[in-house]
Amino acid sequence: MENTDKIIDSAITNSVLHKADTRGHANHGWLESYHTFSFANYHNPERMNFGVLRVLNDDRVNQGMGFGKHPHDNMEIISIPLEGDLEHQDSMGNTTVIKEGDIQAMSAGTGIFHSEYNKNKDQLVKFLQIWIYPNQKNVTPRYDQITLDLNDRHNKLQQILSPNPEDEGVWIHQDAWFHIGKFDNDFSTSYELKKAGNGIYAFVLKGDFTIGNIALNERDGLGIWDTNAIKITANSANAEILLMEVPMKL
Amino acid sequence: METINILYIGRHLEILATVVRLINANENWNGVGVMNDEEAKEIFIRKDFSLVLLGSGIQEESETNLCTFFNKQNPNIIIVQHYGGGSGLLKSEILLALENNKN
Repeated sequence: MENTDKIIDSAITNSVLHKADTRGHANHGWLESYHTFSFANYHNPERMNFGVLRVLNDDRVNQGMGFGKHPHDNMEIISIPLEGDLEHQDSMGNTTVIKEGDIQAMSAGTGIFHSEYNKNKDQLVKFLQIWIYPNQKNVTPRYDQITLDLNDRHNKLQQILSPNPEDEGVWIHQDAWFHIGKFDNDFSTSYELKKAGNGIYAFVLKGDFTIGNIALNERDGLGIWDTNAIKITANSANAEILLMEVPMKL
Repeated sequence: METINILYIGRHLEILATVVRLINANENWNGVGVMNDEEAKEIFIRKDFSLVLLGSGIQEESETNLCTFFNKQNPNIIIVQHYGGGSGLLKSEILLALENNKN
């Protein structure tokens, strides 16, 4: 690994910090959503994307409610439930439920329709919806869903997504790798980027972290580019972080 | 406020209908959708469009051909790739294209 000083310098000079309370916010009653990047009626020219990472929505859907049938095309769509159960139906014939510990990936390609509902009548569902620009347009639509071993992320970074069907996690049409780690207080690790030209966007799911010399709290996001590696330290117990390595150019 | 005429081209009929409906939900935007290239060229000549959105299913050769045609007809035309197929990115894509065109 590169020396730590170089990593810290890199984080200072080539980074963008999105504090949680600066995100776009939409409250539709049944749906409360925080948008890291411009989405739907939230338009902020300064917050359009981080490389090919275009959407990072932090959604809460009320009991029994959800998104009716709606279309998508030419986008890699990843859903990560954080609490509760999300029921999914699509025009490819899939009817599934995703829950905490699962990850779902869809390649919308030439076009799909789907719906997403909170499966439960007595519990909120909280989930992240992430959109990544694909590396090829008009692919055949596809769906993938897996259950991850939650124990496999304790004090380590668990790979949950990659570009390779044979690799760990789900796969998408993009040179992107996602990892989740759940760390004890003061635990430190590093992440080495897998591909030259990629950047990394860290999103704090729970607790507090330091990356390089930048302090992050729950739901803060930090994008870093022109670096080979980052150092991550948890500053609270059971701190959880999502790392998204993505190409910086479409 | 001036109405912005927007031409959406895409090969998926249901997505086309959805995108056009979403465009027309904005009182200052007027959306027209077509599925094939010849129709797109014909309507482009007849109507004064400010912006073209290229949707799903358009192959590279078609896209190049369409862009060349539109630029020849109107050198000021704004041509934008539309991603996502719904309301998520549509507004931002259009607003950003119009803002960039002003600068």
